[in-house]
Amino acid sequence: MQHTKTQDTLVGLFVASGIAGLFFLALQVSNLSSFVDQDSYAVTARFENSGGLKVKSPVSAAGVKIGQVSSINFDPKTYQSIVTLNIYSQYNNLPEDTTASIFTAGLLGEQYVNLDAGGSDSFLKNGSKIEITQSAIILEKAIGQFLFKSAEEKAQAKK
Amino acid sequence: MIELLQFLGKATRKSFKKLGRATFFLLEIISGIASVIPRPRLLLKQLYSVGVLSFLIIVISGIFVGMVLGLQGYYTLSDFGAEETLGVMVAASLVRELGPVVSALLFAGRAGSALTAEIGLMKATEQLSGMEMMAVDPIKRIISPRFLAGLISMPILSALFSAVGIIGGQLVGSGLLGVDEGAYWSQMQANIDFEGDIVNGILKSLVFGFVASWIALFEGYDAIPTSEGVSRATTRTVVNSAFSILGLDFLLTALMFGDN
Repeated sequence: MQHTKTQDTLVGLFVASGIAGLFFLALQVSNLSSFVDQDSYAVTARFENSGGLKVKSPVSAAGVKIGQVSSINFDPKTYQSIVTLNIYSQYNNLPEDTTASIFTAGLLGEQYVNLDAGGSDSFLKNGSKIEITQSAIILEKAIGQFLFKSAEEKAQAKK
Repeated sequence: MIELLQFLGKATRKSFKKLGRATFFLLEIISGIASVIPRPRLLLKQLYSVGVLSFLIIVISGIFVGMVLGLQGYYTLSDFGAEETLGVMVAASLVRELGPVVSALLFAGRAGSALTAEIGLMKATEQLSGMEMMAVDPIKRIISPRFLAGLISMPILSALFSAVGIIGGQLVGSGLLGVDEGAYWSQMQANIDFEGDIVNGILKSLVFGFVASWIALFEGYDAIPTSEGVSRATTRTVVNSAFSILGLDFLLTALMFGDN
């Protein structure tokens, strides 16, 4: 009888440790803890080029995460990309003339949407559009322009 | 030439026959599971011998695999100045691949071979036929509890392996090599997805547990009832389990992580 009791205890410990391991993975390792469904409202912004932006990319203002990208679509009429941003409801006092720009975290990091607050008295609400946007900087384009420009300057200096 | 063809034909016929036997055996096991539920003590005993006794080897291997990942990852990542992403690398490789696969391989070696030997010996010493004489179904009494125990233990062992490995990687990474501890965890949390990575890893380990226990039990039940037959069956268990686990891992990875 004693024997089965220790066995019971050990099996119980085993299963409990497995559950603890799973909890550890879920809460400490994955993004589940930051994944609590927060109330949010949707705002759209049009970009000439949304670069490497992805669904679930962060939306931040002044470096603080205030929401995430919920969808990215191509508009066949204007040839622009329509990005829907879900902004957490607690940040409901962003001015209407807020600027949205796509930045890259670090030189090679992932891209995110940065919101710069404007000065308007009326606020963004569910369904409103951000009018002033700045596209992602495509590194290849920028390098290409730089090279082109420096070659041109060199040619002019030779003359 | 004809002999070669005959040999090939015979080998194919035999392996198909074996596959058929294994499938029917699996169906019997699954229908036997229903009769395990009213007798949890049988299951508990097997959980002890299959799961608890594999605990130590899994935890120790997990720590060392995690520490090696931390070292190797650090050397490679520091070339690019990306040491901070060490946590992501360690956690992603453990949770997605190494956790389920290595723990399943260890499980096949530690618990699978023991199951095959046990059942093979039961068959060789005619305990199984003895049970049948007493109108006790050996599948329900012996095989199904062991199968269920393997199925339950495998995800637990794999989750433990990954968790311990991540801690091991952190010990080496931030304790020994000076990666910032906050960056280790926060980068990991930002990049490891619960559904995409962890749940898929657990699903993988469930599949591996299913296959490894099925192979182990079938090889034991199908063994030639001599000492040589049992030893061969044990070898086959380890070899076949390793092959199926690695092959299935490729398939599952292609299915789960292929579309992004």
